[in-house]
Amino acid sequence: MKYLKFILTGIFFGIVLVKSEAVSWYRIFEMFRFESFHMYGIIGSAVITGIILVQIAKRKKIKNIEGVPIHPTPKDKSITRYLLGGLLFGLGWALAGACPGPMYILVVTGAFSMLIVIIAATFGTFVYGLIKNKLPH
Amino acid sequence: MDLILQPWPWYITGPLLAIVMFLLIYFGKTFGMSSNLRTFCAMAGAGKKSDFFKIDYKTQKWNLMVVFGAVIGGFIAHFFLSNETNIQLNPHTIEKLQSFGFENIGKALVPPEIYNWDAVFSIKGILILVIGGFLVGFGTRYAGGCTSGHAITGLSNLQIPSLIAVIGFFIGGLIMTHFILPLIF
Repeated sequence: MKYLKFILTGIFFGIVLVKSEAVSWYRIFEMFRFESFHMYGIIGSAVITGIILVQIAKRKKIKNIEGVPIHPTPKDKSITRYLLGGLLFGLGWALAGACPGPMYILVVTGAFSMLIVIIAATFGTFVYGLIKNKLPH
Repeated sequence: MDLILQPWPWYITGPLLAIVMFLLIYFGKTFGMSSNLRTFCAMAGAGKKSDFFKIDYKTQKWNLMVVFGAVIGGFIAHFFLSNETNIQLNPHTIEKLQSFGFENIGKALVPPEIYNWDAVFSIKGILILVIGGFLVGFGTRYAGGCTSGHAITGLSNLQIPSLIAVIGFFIGGLIMTHFILPLIF
């Protein structure tokens, strides 16, 4: 039962993603053409709310359920990996129209061919793991 | 009830996504969907090929449960909490897609011109899905996160690396949308 809270959080996440239309290829295409505020509104209001929640948690020293003060892990400092990796992900995101959360959801809404994208994405991660040490980070 | 069945506005869904992120931090985890792809590789035995996959995937089970829940939630939202899909896109966006030869634009979550089996079983169609998926899996791991890990979690925590990653996402997305997609269609 210790996983129940994660399943429930996931259900909530899935409902919000579908109801926001952020799972749609069309919305992503429209976003990259700057023809709608919709996606910017979702990401922007999520970030602003997130900043407020994280700041409150840090200042009030709110502890997580394991009793450790909330402090999201800082990311390693670098430019190359974020810019290059981000660029490659952006190309795939705009082509397939799905990022790593929505792609699972889209399968059960009836886009079964999305399974091909999931398999290809898993393979992409595998190839990254193989050549990781040869890439600039 | 009709308010529920309509698409939800950005100013509702954005903050709700931040709550998902915060709940996971509160549970002592972090919001990051692309990590699951690494877990799949580890489960399939990729640890034999690269140390990158030598992780105890049982510690990642919680994240697979988030995916499992998201799939259930997505199913509920699509089939029980939504009217027929009819995405209200900008007329200019629709015009552009018509020039690609797309039809029934916005009547499904994904374009049939890419995701229908007829399209998938052509050389072009299968390449779109395989290359698109590959770039998503490779790029997210190289960048150390995707929309959930960088754009939402990282930016909420005022992380410069995440801002760089998000700029990267946009450079890639703009190149694809403005230069490559018009060549493909």
